[in-house]
Amino acid sequence: MTEIVKKSSFLDYAPAPESTSILHLQKSYGLFIDGSFVKGHGKAFQTISPATEKTIAEIANASAKDVDTAVAAARRAYDRTWSKLSGADRGKYLFRIARLVQERARELAVAESLDNGKPIKESRDVDVPLVAAWFFYYAGWADKLDYAGLGPNPRALGVAAQVIPWNFPLLMLAWKVAPALAAGNTVVIKPAETTPLSALIFAEILQQAELPDGVVNIITGAGDTGQALVNHPDVNKVAFTGSTAVGRAIAKSVAGTGKKVTLELGGKAANIVFDDAPIDQAVEGIVNGIFFNQGHVCCAGSRLLVQENIHDEVVDRLKTRLSTLRLGDPLDKNTDIGAINSREQLDRIRELSDIGEKEGADRWTADCVIPDKGFWFAPTIFDNVSTSSTIAREEVFGPVLSVLTFRTPAEAIAKANNTPYGLSAGIWSDKGSKILAVADQLRAGVIWANTFNRFDPASPFGGYKESGYGREGGRHGLAAYLESAGWSASK
Amino acid sequence: MDLIGADLTEKSLKLHLEGLPGVDAVGLEQRAAGLGTRSIKTTSKAWALDTIIKLIDLTTLEGADTPGKVRSLVAKAVNPDPSDPSTPRVAAVCVYGDMVPSAVEALGSSWSNGKDDGINVAAVATAFPSGRASLAVKLADTADAVANGADEIDMVIDRGAFLAGKYGIVFDQIVAVKEACRRADGTYAHLKVILETGELNTYDNVRKASWLSILAGGDFIKTSTGKVAPAATLPVTLLMLEVVRDWHKLTGERIGVKPAGGIRSSKDAIKYLVTVAETVGEEWLQPHLFRFGASSLLNDVLLQRQKLTTGRYSGPDYVTID
Repeated sequence: MTEIVKKSSFLDYAPAPESTSILHLQKSYGLFIDGSFVKGHGKAFQTISPATEKTIAEIANASAKDVDTAVAAARRAYDRTWSKLSGADRGKYLFRIARLVQERARELAVAESLDNGKPIKESRDVDVPLVAAWFFYYAGWADKLDYAGLGPNPRALGVAAQVIPWNFPLLMLAWKVAPALAAGNTVVIKPAETTPLSALIFAEILQQAELPDGVVNIITGAGDTGQALVNHPDVNKVAFTGSTAVGRAIAKSVAGTGKKVTLELGGKAANIVFDDAPIDQAVEGIVNGIFFNQGHVCCAGSRLLVQENIHDEVVDRLKTRLSTLRLGDPLDKNTDIGAINSREQLDRIRELSDIGEKEGADRWTADCVIPDKGFWFAPTIFDNVSTSSTIAREEVFGPVLSVLTFRTPAEAIAKANNTPYGLSAGIWSDKGSKILAVADQLRAGVIWANTFNRFDPASPFGGYKESGYGREGGRHGLAAYLESAGWSASK
Repeated sequence: MDLIGADLTEKSLKLHLEGLPGVDAVGLEQRAAGLGTRSIKTTSKAWALDTIIKLIDLTTLEGADTPGKVRSLVAKAVNPDPSDPSTPRVAAVCVYGDMVPSAVEALGSSWSNGKDDGINVAAVATAFPSGRASLAVKLADTADAVANGADEIDMVIDRGAFLAGKYGIVFDQIVAVKEACRRADGTYAHLKVILETGELNTYDNVRKASWLSILAGGDFIKTSTGKVAPAATLPVTLLMLEVVRDWHKLTGERIGVKPAGGIRSSKDAIKYLVTVAETVGEEWLQPHLFRFGASSLLNDVLLQRQKLTTGRYSGPDYVTID
């Protein structure tokens, strides 16, 4: 099979790069506080393109003092403006933001791929459309909070401190900002230090939308900025998406402060393929489950649990399919696998892969030409992985799939649940009753049947166990930003 | 027949076809849509446009067809773009059985007549498009076209029998038609088996009918007659290519695929090329393994080709209507 699908003239599609001329980047960006860009007091840093290692722009670094200014601006905006607006009026701003995101979709997609390294086809077809969808969805909720299941007149919490990761920079911002604003909170948000660009363009969109000053403040910086933000005494809510280690530290630091917390952390999802699965679509689902966004996905299907009697066939088809994946320039419209976001992450993926090999799993890597510059990791499968292997336990957060087998549904369920995480899972079978029976017993916040990595603003997302707590998305996502009033007022 | 692992009976066929893995419609359509987003530019596009022309079965299948119309079609097949002699020729002309002599005569020295470099004559047969006739009529229809010089026969399966679960009838008819494709010298006209996927309705049925046609000896599996909507779609073609890929892996045999009907633009046709290349491999992008059944597609490809060569868009009046 593999010999037929060898790369040759036509499959080496001529370059089809998305033009960057639509981007009008500044040389340096300040902090977006109280409606305008201001200088930061920390030492500015560079954001680079992980595909070329070239500097894109200089980014301000928020000091503790800047965090203070931002929180004060958010508090002022909450007290004087945002909490005084009706839900319908808040909704109007959110609708306006959603439409502006759509208008500037191409620009945002290019910025995202440039700064993050993800393929343009993903930023263009997945990230940015979902960002708009999230704002549209929560815009609709803003004047219907009485029906969110929290009783009449649920109240906003106040100022929300939000810290987001680098894997879906703008989408994670939307997941946090949209429900917070719809519920009536104001926001101070910190994007990841390696991917601040799309958030800063989003700040321009907020200016264009004439969102009242201080309702959303975007501050850039590294871990200490984030720490200063979540520990700030005047924030009422902390929302974090990122690693379990940092999540744990945040949970400790806010314990006893009265701040509400939502944490969306790591995962080690099982993607369970039964022998009655639609095989070709299951193979696509496995590929999408772990190689989407270079595997930088907290809900990635990083553990393939395949029924033993179809193991060879599935792995064989998977390898054939992976041989057609195209790794390279994230801005090329035909790229399937982009760059790893940072050298640090690349080192981590390499380290864990080497451990996997040492522990005896069979390593297979797709035959890709790796560019000279930038951070890259070819799609990799580890076969014959045991449940005790490090690569079956720890989150790799890269394009690395561990293949394990099972014999019965009971064994599949036991193995799938045998992880400290519990964010997502996938089930592949043509038999509906089996899907429902298995799904019932999986301890994971999101379970996909005959698909993987599908997101919708109406669907709550979040984890069990070390994958965090609270839900984002849907009606449930509002609960994270609201308090039941327990009384009713005529308004 | 080792594949089925039993004597070929209605029961063993049924067991085999019903044991094939299911098709998830949403997943299949998503994959096809994903393949459709490939962006084919510059040199790849130039190669793709020429390849599309080489893979076209230029078709006229109307009650109103006349020898004159067929002559005109043949002239277009031989010389698709008079303004550019470097334009390749199409693979075949596809006509009704009674028009085969006209097509052969009009082709003259351009007729392949079994050689590799000429243009083939393909005839639809077996009571095309409905297939509702007795087997004797279908066989006579086929034999007549072959005797008149048809290099390829496009037959239709008995969809009624297929949907009623009578796989044996469908199988036996394909075998019989294949035998009717035998020429006096013992060689065979190529047999394309039309599934009419628009009437089979589900992807599971398309997969079953594809296997059935290949097992019965079809050289090509073809989506549609063009007389039923929907005709060819990218997901259906992808699915048929997957069957062909799996068959090749099992037996080493290469079966052709022909989407027909509804492919009108170069942009769409390029999506099919991408799907072929990324599913079964680039090797399949040759006339003996992949065809487009189309009529208006050719002119759109010619317009795109002129644009690539000259850098300007011309217009529909700069290509001949047939």
